[in-house]
Formats: sequence, structure tokens, C-alpha cells
Amino acid sequence: MSRTTATVAASLPDHWEQLVTTALLGTDRRTPPGVAPGPQTPSDLLDAAAAATVRRRAGLCPARPAERLRPAPEDPRPPLPPAAARRLAALLADRPGASGGGRRAAAPDLMELLPQWLQAANARGYAAPPQALPALLDAARGRTDLRPAALRFAGPRALWLARLNPDWRFALRTAPGGGPSAPDLRDPQGIRRLWQEGLFAERVTLLTALRSRDAAAARTLLEETWVTERAEDRLMFLDSLRAGLAPDDETFLERALADRSRNVRETAAELLSALPASALAARMAARAAACVAVDRTRDVPTIVVEAPHECDAAMERDGVVAKAPAGRGERSWWLGQLVEAAPLSTWPGRFGGRTPEEIVALPVADGWQGELHAAWCRAAVRQRDAAWSRALLGEPSAPEAGGPGAVSLAERARLLAALDAGERAAWVAGFIETHGLSEAFQLLGVCAVPWAPPLGRAVVDALNIARDAGSYPWSFSGVMGLAERCLDPSEASRLDALLAIPDEPEDAAPGAGSYWSEAFQRLVTTLRLRGAMLAELTPGEPAP
Amino acid sequence: MPGQGAPLLGTAGEPVPDGPGEPSPDEPEAAALASPPTVSPAARRRAERRAERVTAGAAELERRLADLLRGGLISAGQSGPALWEETAARMVDAQAPGLANRVRDLGALASAGVGAHAPVRLLEECALLHLLAQAWLRRDRLPEPLAATVRSRVGLTASPEGPAIRDDWLVLAQYDTSDSRLITRRIWLHGTVSGRTALLLSYGAPGRAPDLALPAGLAVDAELTPYPGAGQPRTALTERFGAPAPTTVRPPGTTTSGALARYGAALRDDPWRESVPVTLEAVVPVPDGDGWQLADADEDQALPVGAAARSRPGLWRLVALSGGSPVRVFGECGPRGFTPLAAWPQGPGEAVPLC
Repeated sequence: MSRTTATVAASLPDHWEQLVTTALLGTDRRTPPGVAPGPQTPSDLLDAAAAATVRRRAGLCPARPAERLRPAPEDPRPPLPPAAARRLAALLADRPGASGGGRRAAAPDLMELLPQWLQAANARGYAAPPQALPALLDAARGRTDLRPAALRFAGPRALWLARLNPDWRFALRTAPGGGPSAPDLRDPQGIRRLWQEGLFAERVTLLTALRSRDAAAARTLLEETWVTERAEDRLMFLDSLRAGLAPDDETFLERALADRSRNVRETAAELLSALPASALAARMAARAAACVAVDRTRDVPTIVVEAPHECDAAMERDGVVAKAPAGRGERSWWLGQLVEAAPLSTWPGRFGGRTPEEIVALPVADGWQGELHAAWCRAAVRQRDAAWSRALLGEPSAPEAGGPGAVSLAERARLLAALDAGERAAWVAGFIETHGLSEAFQLLGVCAVPWAPPLGRAVVDALNIARDAGSYPWSFSGVMGLAERCLDPSEASRLDALLAIPDEPEDAAPGAGSYWSEAFQRLVTTLRLRGAMLAELTPGEPAP
Repeated sequence: MPGQGAPLLGTAGEPVPDGPGEPSPDEPEAAALASPPTVSPAARRRAERRAERVTAGAAELERRLADLLRGGLISAGQSGPALWEETAARMVDAQAPGLANRVRDLGALASAGVGAHAPVRLLEECALLHLLAQAWLRRDRLPEPLAATVRSRVGLTASPEGPAIRDDWLVLAQYDTSDSRLITRRIWLHGTVSGRTALLLSYGAPGRAPDLALPAGLAVDAELTPYPGAGQPRTALTERFGAPAPTTVRPPGTTTSGALARYGAALRDDPWRESVPVTLEAVVPVPDGDGWQLADADEDQALPVGAAARSRPGLWRLVALSGGSPVRVFGECGPRGFTPLAAWPQGPGEAVPLC
């Protein structure tokens, strides 16, 4: 009897072992056991070996099992509806390279729909089908942007699985508390041990997880080892306090203002300036207010600016960078930093109770407007101040499109993020109606999905105008791709009219019409697919 | 010779159906060998001529094997792959594609031959090839079912000869293997009423999927007709009666030792069998060094997962489905381990394909 393991050779009965030896050396040199030498010998050897082979196979026994795995933790979430589970399998099968790649023409890009599918499934609290976990982990491995949603959906069994396959080790790093030695966040000793002995990535993960659960405990943990940490680690750890930043972090941050590392000092100052009640914010407010005033002696009240004449040690300690970048005057450089770090609540009081809109509308003397407004923009973003963001964005239809000061598209996008979703969509819709799509991509990226109806209509109308103007659709491929993923699926029926190949105007690019038709076809197909996808996740509701 | 009414069989380089040790596709002329009474005199003459060629080929193979063993497998290993390729070509010329495939596999084994296991495998395969050649040369003295198996193993194919079995056949697994000449599709079916396990084979040229496709996990109301040969699972799909439909039926399972016992019993009918289809009732995947095992839930016994299955994504699906708890697994069980092909979760749920 032999076992079906790799140790067969070791446990061979003597007879078989002798047969193997004879076969290796040749019957001319060896005579098989129990066989008389002669011309028949090789055939006799094969006869004996055949009998032995069949006998060995017929007598196979199971092996001894290796150490069994601890079962995966239960996933209490309800299973996916069957149609949704099939859809997930289809989305995961559409991996790059799986479909041959190349141009997609009118076929939807399924992989691009996976993030939405995951978000919808997570919102409904479904458990992932276990057999889909390997493909899900593979997809998340290739795309870091997918990881948070994919791992949340994948649930506890995915972490159990990831420990068995080195390819999926990222899941243990990414998932909060997922590390191989990840302690229970209610186990103070385990936390302390990991914090003191863990790898850098594990410690960042631990700190982030703990911060989201108990902000003060995370800060206390960090304080314990703060002085012994390396400068670059201190910077990363400090950055993780950004989440859940609260007034009682101030004492620690104030101390970090005296850090040996300039980067750490600057980050501490930035965090403190986001706490409007902090002492640093008050100091900055005083400094900034001393530089900016309203001159009521003019015909029209006008803001006058007197930029600082020096950057003293106290300012530097509060995070002001003394040395201006090449090409910038140092006084305006210092002013920008002071205004950026001062709480925005400083200004209405300073300007006679004016609202942010009124303040932004005031003329600024001596060409300081650009510098001042840009600094307020940065402050509004840092302090997430909706009123100031709104004021600084201005009217979307203005020729400069909310461009008081040197507000770049990127800054406008950041300002928009401080507004609520409806207001943001309305502003971007207004922007597109006036300015078209060529500058809209970045702004669309900050809008909530699915797009609110006015925004969706504005985008479709603008695409229609672009088509009628005779340009090629790939000039708008970025916006098209966004529209496929972000338009409300219920808009699909309104797009039917756009599917026909239009008559080409004389000045149109050749063949553009059919490309547009194809692009709209893909848009509609993708929207229908998204509609079906969402309906499958909500059984009981009719498909749109 | 090509052009003698055996389109799939000819000189070396032409497509030759059949994997090692598995039955071959239909080939009506050869079927004449199996059922002489009703064939035309011309067909009978062709069949006799072919049998003579195969016999000459088998005798030639025996001489070569004897030479090999006289000089020893070590010196044969030093002479390189040309020896095996030349022998395989001779078997193709002799219209014995089953022998040719086994010789080619032996060549692959010899050229990959490293590790403590290599000489054992080489001797096993040489011995089984010798056994097949001898069985062909003495087929007149074998009982007819075993003789039919030998004909099929040598590469002469028969026609399915019934009786037909109608059932709701659960499609357990469908998977393709390919070499440079042929894509072979295997479809395993479980009769939800009869309890029978049946195999469908379909072939395609390289780069073209075989015609026959059935959806794994669903049941098909169909009539299958068995091929001749003792213990052969192969059937032909003769008629389908309806669209595939879901089923809650799962094949009954056994333990790991039960699976090996079934393999051992199958060798009685067909000593060349490489594996048997079997369902394990409740097993847990367990990592074992670089590989995996399927361990009985309630007994201290396990089957290793075959080396080929280790690198397949299906293995990870199985591990994920199990989550460390017992699952029901269908697969092929043989001397080199278990190849999982489908699994069922502990609770309700359709079969999960693993291939």
C-alpha cells in the first residue's frame, strides 16, 4: 500500500524498488528479482512492473491531513440576489486583456462600472458571494482606487483568504484592522504591542483605524512614542490626525510646532489653522487683520493691504515659510500665508459686518486683489467653509466663471467640494451652459453620482452642441466616459434621439457623425446596463 | 497511409484525436472492427488491413520497449527526445494514435525527468504501455468488454451502441485541454434520476472551440448513448428534449478513502484509467506546503490536490467557497491526486464551477 503523497518512493516495497533500479540501469547490467536472465528479460521486467503499477494504484490510501485552517469568520450580511451575483461575475470577468482589448466601439466598459456596482452593493449591505472573492481580490490588486469599496464588500472572508495567498497581501495592509497581527481595537495591550513592534505600514494602518474609532486614544498612542520616531514617520503619523481633528488635539499640535523637522512644523501649523478656536488661529487672525483693512475715506469703500515687512521668529514658529519661492515678492508671499491660515470668521468683523459675498465684491487697492482672493480660496478649502466657497466661486455664468482672483480650475473644483451636492451640481450645470465642456472635466469630477437632473441635461445638451459643431467625439472622450458612469440611468430614454447618424454639416470633420452615433450608442447602452444593475440589487422594484 | 478512409488518422503531423488513455471520437470505419456482422466486405477488408498495421505497430513498440529496458532508462534519457518522437511517428504510421499519444507523453516525461519521482513515473508508464501493446496482441483471448476497452485505448474508435439513457443530466463540469494538434473538451454529467456519471467528449482544431457546450450547474433533459468498453464513462449526446434548467439535486458523495477505492475498482475494468469521476461528500481544503489537500471533514484522511489543479484559479474559488468549512466537491481522482472541477456550498446554492 502506498500513499498518494510525494513520499511514495520512500515507502516503496522492496520489490518495486528493485524493479525501478533494474529499469534504470538496464537488464543487461541487472537481472530483475525473481527473473531468470535471458532474451525475455526486459519483457518479464515490464510484465512485473505493469502488475506492480496496477496493484500499487489499486491499493492507494489517503494521506494524513496537514493542519486544518481556522474557519473564516461569519459574514452576517444577506447574500446577493442571484441576478446581481451573475452581474458581478460578468463585471469581474471583463478584465483588461480578457476581452482582447482594443477599441470598444459601442460596447460598454464593464470594468468602469465595477466601482459603482460595489458602491451600490455596499450601500445595500450585501455580502459578497464567496466564490467571487478571488476575482474581486485580483481586481482590487490591479486597481488601488477600487480597494476600499472592494474590500468592504468582500468582507471578513476575503481577509481570511488573503492570508493564504501572497498576491493578496495588500488586502491586509489596506483593510483597517486586517493585518496578520491586527489586534482587536478594544484590546489595549494588543494595540500597544503592534504600535511598538509593528512595521511602519501596520502602524499607520493601526493609527488610522484607531483614530476613526477613538480620536483621543490615537493621539495618546502617538504621543507616547513621538520623540523617538524618525522625522519622515512623524510627518506621516501627524498627517493621520487630519481625520477627526478636534480642539483637544491643540496641545499636542502646539508642541509639534517646535519640532526639529520643518515639514512636521508646517503640517502642525496647517492642522492648527484648521481649528478656528486654536491659539495659533487667533495669532494668525491678529497678524492677517493687521495687514488688511477697509478704507472708508474713498468714494467707494475699498480694501487696502499693507503686507508684512518682515517674517519674525514667532511667525516662523507658527508655520509661516520665510523664504519666498523664486519670482515671488516675499512680502506678498508672507501675506498669502497669513490670510490662508487666519480663520475666515475674522473678516466679517473686520469689515463692518459684511457678508462673504459683500467682502469678495469690495474693490481691492493697488493690485492686491489676486493675492488676497487666492489666499481666501485656500482658506475656504482648508476650513471647508461653504459660505466663503460660494462667495469666491461667484456666478457660474460670469465671463471669468467664478474667477475673482487667480482661481484656477483645480481651486474651483476644491471650492465646489465645500458646497452641498445639489448646489454643486447646479453651479457646474450653469458653468457648462455658459462655457461648454472643454473646461468642465475637473469640475464634473467633484459632482455627486448620479448627476442631478439639471447637470445631466446640461452635459447632454453640451455634447449635442459639440456634435452639431462638427468636432470629433474623442475630443470629449473624458466627459463622455464620465457621462457613461455618472448620468442618471433614467436619462437613457432622452438620449434616443441622438443615436441616429446626423447629416454632416459642410465644415464638419469627415465621418464624425457616425463616430458620435457610436459614442452615444455606448452611452445609452451603458446607462441601460447601469439601470439594470441597480434594479438587480434592489429586487422587488421594477427595472426602469 | 492517409486516404484509406480514416480521415483523422494518418502520417505524423496530421490531427490525431485522443488524449492519453482516454477514448477517441467517432470514426465509423474503425467501428467495423467492433461489430463485424453487418459491414460490407470492403469495409471489413479495410478494418482487417488496419488491424494488421496496428499489430505490426504494437510488435514494433514492444521491440523498442525491450531495447529501452535492456539498455536502461538512464541511458535512454541521455539519448534525448528524438528517440520518443521517432517512435511516436511510427505508431501514427501504424494507425494506432492511442499508442502514439502514450509514447509522446513518455517522451515529455523523460525530458522533464527530474526529481526523485521521475524514474518511478517513467517505469510506470513504460509498463502500462507494454501492457496495452500486449493486450492488443492478445485481444482475441480477452473478454469482449475488455477487448473493446483495449481497442479504444489503442485508438480505434467504436460507435456508441446503447442502450440510450434519458435523464435530467446535471452538467457538473466542462473544461478544455489542448495540445498542438487538438482541443479536447470534456463534459461531466450526473444523471439526477439514474445517479449515473457520464462523460461527453468534443473536439476542435487548434484555436477553434469544440462545438458542444453545456452550461455548468444546470440540468439538461437529454438522451445519452454509451460507448462500448468495460467501465468506460464515455457517452454520446443523442437527443436533447428541453432547455437547461436549474436543479437542486447534487450528486451523492463519498469520503477520500471511498474515492480511492472507487478508482481501484475502476482499474479492474480498465487498468489504464488515469482517474475516475467522484464526488467528495464533505471535505475541507487544507494548505500543505506548496500544495493543497482536500481533507475529510470527519476523518483524519486527505487527498492531495493534483499538481495541475494547483495553479488554476478554480482552486482559490474552492478555498473561498469553503472558508475552512466542509464543502461537497466533484472532481477527478487518480494516483496523482484529486482535480476539483465543481463544488457546492454548505447551504443552498448552485454548483460553483472550478474549471
